[in-house]
Formats: sequence, C-alpha cells, structure tokens
Amino acid sequence: MAQKNTSAIPKATKHANARVVRYNKWGYIFLIPFFATFLVFTLYPLVSTVYYSFTDYKKTIFGTMNDPKVVGLENYKYIFQDGRIWKYAGNTMIMWVMGFIPQILVSLLLAQWFSDTRLGLKGSTFFKTVIYMPNLIMAAAFAMLFFALFSTKGPINAMLMKFGWIEKEIEFLQYKWATRSLVAAMNFLMWFGNTTILLMAGIMGIDGSLYEAAEVDGANSWQRFTKITLPLLKPILVYVMITSLIGGIQMFDVPKILTKDGHPADSATTLIMWLNNFVESKHYGRGGALSVVLFVFTGVLSLVVYFVMYRKKGKGAS
Amino acid sequence: MRKLKKFAALSLVGMLAASAFVGCGKKTTNNSGSSEGSGDVAGLTDGGKVLNIYVWNDEFINRMVDHYPGYVKVDDLHGKIGDVDVVFTQVANQDNAYQDNLDNTFNANGENQKNAKSADEKVDIFLAEIDYITKYVNSPWSAPISEYGVTDADLAKQYEYTKQAATDSNGVLKGVSWQACSAAMIYRSDIAEKVFGSSEPDKVQEQVKDWDTFAKAADTLKAAGYQAMASANDSFRVFSNNVTTKWVDDEGVLNIDANIEKWAKLSKEMVDKGQCKTFDLWSNEWNDGMKTSSNVFAYFGPAWLINFCMHASEDGYAAKDGLWKITEGPQSFFWGGTWILGAAGGDNKTLVKDIILKMTTDDAVMEGITRKDSDFVNNTAVNDKLAADANYKNAILGGQNPTQLFVNGLTKIDLSNITAYDQGCNEKFQAAMKDWFDGNYKSYEEALADFHKKIGDKYSDITIK
Amino acid sequence: MSSQDHEIKKSASVKARRIIAYVVLTLLSILCLFWFYLLIVYATHSHGEVTGDFLALPGKYLGDNWKAINGGSEDILRGLRNSFIVSGANALVCVYFSTMTAYAIHVYDFKGKKFAFTFILMIMMIPTQVTILGFLGLIGKMGLTENFLPLILPAIASPVTFYYLKQYMESALPLALIEAARIDGSGELRTFNTIALPLMKPAIAVQAIFSFVGAWNNYFVPSHVLIKKDQLKTIPILIAQLRSKDFKSFNMASIYLFIALSIFPVIIVYLALSKNIVGGTALGAVKG
Repeated sequence: MAQKNTSAIPKATKHANARVVRYNKWGYIFLIPFFATFLVFTLYPLVSTVYYSFTDYKKTIFGTMNDPKVVGLENYKYIFQDGRIWKYAGNTMIMWVMGFIPQILVSLLLAQWFSDTRLGLKGSTFFKTVIYMPNLIMAAAFAMLFFALFSTKGPINAMLMKFGWIEKEIEFLQYKWATRSLVAAMNFLMWFGNTTILLMAGIMGIDGSLYEAAEVDGANSWQRFTKITLPLLKPILVYVMITSLIGGIQMFDVPKILTKDGHPADSATTLIMWLNNFVESKHYGRGGALSVVLFVFTGVLSLVVYFVMYRKKGKGAS
Repeated sequence: MRKLKKFAALSLVGMLAASAFVGCGKKTTNNSGSSEGSGDVAGLTDGGKVLNIYVWNDEFINRMVDHYPGYVKVDDLHGKIGDVDVVFTQVANQDNAYQDNLDNTFNANGENQKNAKSADEKVDIFLAEIDYITKYVNSPWSAPISEYGVTDADLAKQYEYTKQAATDSNGVLKGVSWQACSAAMIYRSDIAEKVFGSSEPDKVQEQVKDWDTFAKAADTLKAAGYQAMASANDSFRVFSNNVTTKWVDDEGVLNIDANIEKWAKLSKEMVDKGQCKTFDLWSNEWNDGMKTSSNVFAYFGPAWLINFCMHASEDGYAAKDGLWKITEGPQSFFWGGTWILGAAGGDNKTLVKDIILKMTTDDAVMEGITRKDSDFVNNTAVNDKLAADANYKNAILGGQNPTQLFVNGLTKIDLSNITAYDQGCNEKFQAAMKDWFDGNYKSYEEALADFHKKIGDKYSDITIK
Repeated sequence: MSSQDHEIKKSASVKARRIIAYVVLTLLSILCLFWFYLLIVYATHSHGEVTGDFLALPGKYLGDNWKAINGGSEDILRGLRNSFIVSGANALVCVYFSTMTAYAIHVYDFKGKKFAFTFILMIMMIPTQVTILGFLGLIGKMGLTENFLPLILPAIASPVTFYYLKQYMESALPLALIEAARIDGSGELRTFNTIALPLMKPAIAVQAIFSFVGAWNNYFVPSHVLIKKDQLKTIPILIAQLRSKDFKSFNMASIYLFIALSIFPVIIVYLALSKNIVGGTALGAVKG
C-alpha cells in the first residue's frame, strides 16, 4: 500500500518555475465547479438547516409552510424532552453492533485466508465476486425482499414448516429481537464482502519479510496473525470501524422498508427514520434540531477518520 | 396555547375563504341569470380537455367504468367521456400520502388553480374520506356543490348525515356521496350454526348484543376452535364511532375517550386469550381470515367492505361460497364513506355537474350500483324499494337482504365528535396498542406514552397532558 | 527427522485449514446467493402459490407477473427509465467534474491548494441526510421540486470520487505530459479533455460504475424530491410505495418480480466488470 501520495506536491514545486505559474490560475478555475456545487447544495442547506432548528418553521394543516419565527432552543428541548433520541440512538447502535461484530470477524478471517499464499485457495475470485455482490444491491429492494421472505405467509415460514422445524408460522416482525436481527443480518450480508476486500488490501500491503522472520522464529499462524497482521492492520481496522459507524448512524433504508415505522414497539426506529418523519410532516424546526445534533456527531467521527487515515502518512497501513 | 391559537386562526382563515366563495355561489344559484355569471368565485369554467380525478384506490374508477353512461375505458387509470380525456391520479392513503399529494397539488396550483402549469393539470374532482373530509370542505380548494348548478332538490333523496359530513363550518355543502356507510357485524353463518346452533341474524344478535355478551361469545367460539375476529383492529371503528368526547377537545388538548380505552382493554384480553390477532387491516394475514378455510368468525364493516374487500369472485373465499350473514352486533357504527368533491378552479364544470348528478342522485344508476356491486347507496327511494323487495338477495350474504339493517343503522350515526385530527389519532393509537397486545409494551400506560410521543410528532399544535 | 516431522505436521495443518476455509466460504456463498435464488423462484409463481407451500423450483407465471407490474402507479418500466436517467447523468457529471477537481489539485500549484485538499477530505463524511431540510427548502425556492436536477447536480462535488481519482492520477498522469501539451500550444481545458481524461479512463470507468450504483440505490433524498408525480419516481421510491400498499393490489408474486428487476441490472453490470469493481473498492478507500 505504500503510496507516495505526497509526492505530487514536491514534484509540482520542482516544476514551479515562472512558465508554470502562468498556468496556475487554472487550478482555481478547475476547482470552481466543485466548490460552487458544495456551497449551493451542501453548505447553504447546512446553514439553513441550522437556522430552521431555531425556528418554528412547519407545515400548516393545509400543507402550506408558515412564516418561520425564531423560538430559541424550543426544538432542541422537544427532541431531548422524553429521552426518545437516546432510545433511537440506542436502536441504531444495537443494530449496527449486531451487524458489525460478525462483519469484522468474518472479514478478518476471510481476508487472512485469501491473502495466505500457503493456503492457496482455489476459486478465490469466484468467492470474492459472490461475497461482494450484496454490497451493490439496492438496500430498499433487499429490505423489501426480506420483508416478503420473512412475512407470515412467506417462503421462510413455509420452508421451516416443510422441514417440520416449526408447527405454526412465526411472525418474525412482531418480535423486537427478530426484527433487529434481520436488520443486522442484512447489514452484515451487504457489507462483509466489502470489508473483506478492504482488509485484504491492507494485509497484502504488509511486508512479507516480517512473516518470514516470524516463521524462522517458530511462530505459528495464529501468532503471526495476532502479533503481526492485527497490529499493522490497526489503522485500516479503525478506518473500517468508523466509516461503518458513520454509515450505521445513517441507517435508514433497511429498517424503514422492513418495518415501515420501526415496529415492534419502536425497537427498530433509527435516528434517521425519526428525522424522516419530521421531513415528511414538514416540521423543519424539530427536524432541523435533530439534523444539527446528527451533524455534530458525525462531524466528530469524521475528524477521527481524517486524523487516523490521512494525516498519518507514511505510518501504519500506508 | 400560542400554537393552538395560531391553528385556530388559520382554520378560521380557511373557513372565511370558503364562506366568501359560498356567499357568491349561493347568490348565483338563487338568482340565476345574475350578471356576475355563475362559478366566478370558485372559478369553475368549461372547455377543459382533460378531466382530472384524484383518488386513493380504484373504487370510484370502477364505479365510473361500470355505471357512468358513455364512459369509455382506455386503461386502468385513463378513460374518455366524449372528447374529454379522463385521467385518474391514484395515490395510496397510507402515511398520509394521498392528502400530501392533494395539498401539494393545490398549493402549487394556487388560488382557484390559476397557477396550474397547464389547463390539463387542473384538478376537477377529488375524493375524500370521512376521516379528513372536514379539512377539505373547510379549505378554499373545494367548490360549493351549488356552484355547479346542483340544487337541494337534486339531493333530496340523500341521507342527511352524508350532507352534514360534507358541509363546511358556514353551512355550505361541498361534497356528495353515492354511498351511505352504516356498518354492522358480518359473520360466518356456518360457524354460527355449529357454535350457536343457529345462523339466523336474530339469534346470533342475541349472542353479541353488547360487549360483555360479545366477550362471552368469543370464549365459546374459542372453545370450539374459532377466532371471534381476525384482528383486534377489526372492532376499533365500532368503538371509535361510539365515543362521547372528541380526540382533541375545543381547547386543543388531546383526550382519550372512555370507549377508546375500553377497546384497548377488551382487545388485550381477547388477544391474550387467542381470540383475535393483531394484524393491520388490509394486510395479507387479515385478508386470509376471509377464506372459507379460515377459523375467523366475524368482521365489522359497512356494505363496501362486503362488496369491495371480501373477494366475492375468488375461489376459496367464504364470500364466493355465500357463507356470510350480517347482524347489528354489539354497537351500531359507521365506517368510512367516500365523498366526491369538486375542485375550485376546475375547467369541466358541466361534466362534473353531470357526474355528481348521475353518480350520486340518479335512481337508476344508484339501483344499478346496489345490484351490481352490493353497495349500500345514498338514496332513500332506492333503499326503501330494495328493503321491501323479497327478490333482492345479496349472494355474498347467502341471500340475506341487508338493506333494512343498514337503513336502521343510519339513524344512529352521530358526527358531532369528529375532528380534523381523527385519522392521525386513530392510526397512531392502534399502532401503539398493537405493541401492547403483542407484549412489546408491558402495560397500557406504556403504550399510551408511546402514542403521546408519536402524536406529538405528527400534530405539533395539540397539547398533551 | 524432527524438521521433517514439523513439515508433515505443518502440511497437515494447512490441509485442515484449507478444508475449513472451503467449508466456511461455501456456506457464506450460499448465504449470499440463497436469497437471490428464492427471489428468482418466487418471481415466477402466482400470488396463490407464493403465499402457500414452500417452492424450490421456478414456476410458470413470469409473464402474468410481468403484466401485473406494467402500468398503474408503480410501473416498472417507467421506474427503470427514471432510475436510469438519474443514475446515468449522476455518474457522468460525477466522474467528469471529480476528475477536473483532482486535476486542479494534482497539476497546478497555487495558494490555498493544500487547504482545498484538506477541506475536501474533511467534508467527505457529511451525510446528505443532515442537510436534507435545507436542501429541500433550497430546491423549493429554485422551483426544482419534482425534477431530476437536484438529484444529479450535487454529484459534481463528490469528495470520495475525487479522492480516488486524485490517488490514481499520481501514478497515471505524469506532469511531463501536460508540459509537453502546453509546449504544443494546447489550452488548459483542452489538455484536460484530450490528454488527462483519456489517460484516466480505467479509473473513471470504475468510479462511474460506483456513482451509478450509488444513485441507482439511493432512496432517502429522491423520496423527498420526487413525491408527487408518479411519472418521475425512481425504483426505490416505488418499492417503498409497494411496501405501504393496500392488500387489494398487493400481489406478492409480482412484488418479487419487481424486486428482481430493480436489482438485476446492477448485478449484471457487476458480474461483467466484477474484477474492476472489487479491485476499485480496495484502491479507493485504503490507499493513503
């Protein structure tokens, strides 16, 4: 993985003679589309969302919007008043953790196997292709598929009954933990292939001579894994975990389509599903307050990713 | 309180706007030939090439296809009446989608739809259900029926409650319906025969004459291997239509009526005893209870449930086998009902008038709807005739003639406790209680707390104590 | 002797591990493929069949189910077409302008360049969800609701694509080449279009696929932008609509077919190009 991605700058500097400087204004020009788009479609909306969060901007019963009036922290009080934000944050985290733990363990195992030349697995291209595939599937369609498959009269119940494993249909989506497990299982299926590929790239980047040296010292494969692979993989593991966590906080499509409104008993309602309710009922004030809280939270996590991955150049995995 | 006032003020604006139209509308009908010209205020005109009708399901589409003279079907959502293209815009009711779509359309189209992108996009007719008709008759988007030139005499045979429901706060009628929706208990005659020894409506009625008796009957049914109802939600309407207080009182405070609470508690008992499940109405599972092979004893509903939802033409359903019968049940109630509203600013005035007249007042059409679709129509003459007609038999009900039962039920319909919040309150309350029934909430109080949170998200202008 | 022993033991242990690996991989592959097998089987049966006994083999109602998802408010072909337009346009503007942004950082040397680069990396993770309210307010003011543009234009600023292309550029686009073009008198924009873009083709192709798939699968934002007109709705919105339907139109069999048709276009593209896609994943995220 050792990439000299800082090299562009010194190289450019080397060439920075008068003749080149003449062209450098084009650097600004070529950046215009990106930054103009960012300003219009991300920054402006972000600022106005923050503004909304301090107003009572919302839809009237006839579907028109009222004139926003500043109401201070009213909306923040509302979203924190009954502890629901913690409940939904808890739901989100529980479903994320339930999917992420098997995901990271399985991915580590598979990445190790795929990159172990001694093991010489045949057909690894096939396996990689298959396990990565669910990552490309529309989450909404995948959730709809699971909704259909696990419905009372659905194929899974029919199959379990055919094998005689159950006598009566199970209403999977009536049970808190069954519902959460389904969401977690879908997240696992959709992401473990992707994570495997990432970790594999990390493992391939580890200097092979380290393993040779360890072997000479008589280390077995488990020791090689825990003493060499894991420590050197740490930055990538942190990257995978935090990006997955940020993705987890944004969890929406799967639980929304599977449960429609977080049932049973609000146990599958995620933060973004709550936000979605405010967007749908057009309560921009309360939705704005929730957005700001989420933004701050993901912002902090993003900074962690930034410092782990992009600032430590030349160290760790790079 | 501040928020409430705002809401009150807003509603008032809506009503004032509506009444402004009405004042003139009435004038034009009363002094026909007035120089103002009729329809100026609701902006109704003629000459539109496209008749836009907004619906949430295909019930009215089928009524038009089957009963409107000269309607030529093109496809499921398109047809032709003479030179006019009929376009149905169908958006499902769930999650408020139908209303959101209407609101967006009307807000975008502006006052009397003057800002519509083209004449072809102007709404001419939209339908509304009892749950939210109050909102739309009090909006400036609906045109007074009188502005189409439909007179009180035209509507003389319609039941009073159907007019009351579609009248705005200034007494102006803004919607008409072809159906009346008094409802009753629809039960399986074969199961009644086995369990109660008789399938006769009078005899079965004795077993279910009030809720205590009904609970006992549910025990008896259970002992014989039958479920009283498919889902706890089946009886919700029966309770919610017999409330004595409003969901949101005049002060804007959320209120749980005693009868609503009674529904929750009785249902919990029944679910715990295995006498009913907790499916959403309209779900596949709920629907399966209508099969001949199912062990569900009764559904609660009006005529449209029988003809529209019980799969009369599908093999394997009790309706096709004519196994149902109907009786009043523990409490008489009404359910739903679809009203036709004319949109202000519509450009097919004469055609809309004709649709209103043909589809809701024409005796022949009304009788045709009863005979073909087994609906219970909004027409005293037709109903009296059919009630007395020994040859009129409903095949789904094994030949029983339910007309008199429905006519009797109409006398008990009470609309005084309807509010604009009913749909949201009904939906969220049932959803929260379902979690209690299923054991996901430990107590009624816990489920109630959940309901309070959800309704607070939905209606920010009500006070929850 | 002992070393030979060691070798035998080692090869035995490798063999055992290999067997375990094959078993686990096979099970995981089955876990990944089972759902799609069921999907295909169930999409070819009738409503009555799919709600009845378990079905392990395809049926013969594919044609009927196909008819059932044509027309009405959830018309599959219209949905596919809308999704295709949005995703295709999204992919095009995303890769073109991301390459341009990467080019600006890679080729030129100007004040604030380091800051610009750092800034783009830092905004990489802002979720679109948290700005949705302001975004909807904005497009409302611009008159762009019920329009594809708000789903396409924001793709111009795609930090992740930018970062990937920037990494690739370092190995694939020698600055000397650009110098040479300048000496030949080529304008900067022309150099970018005729020299840089073609050289970047492999990376651009991978990223185009990623942004196409991303847009294809996107549900949250489109569901709030395209709420009114059935004519414009994309596939994920239609799926959500199907989820809340009345049972009357809830023909489960046709829903399986609908799901199948919404994911298979992506799967087919994936199977054709899986090598690049799987490779691209690693390159994009881990390089650094």
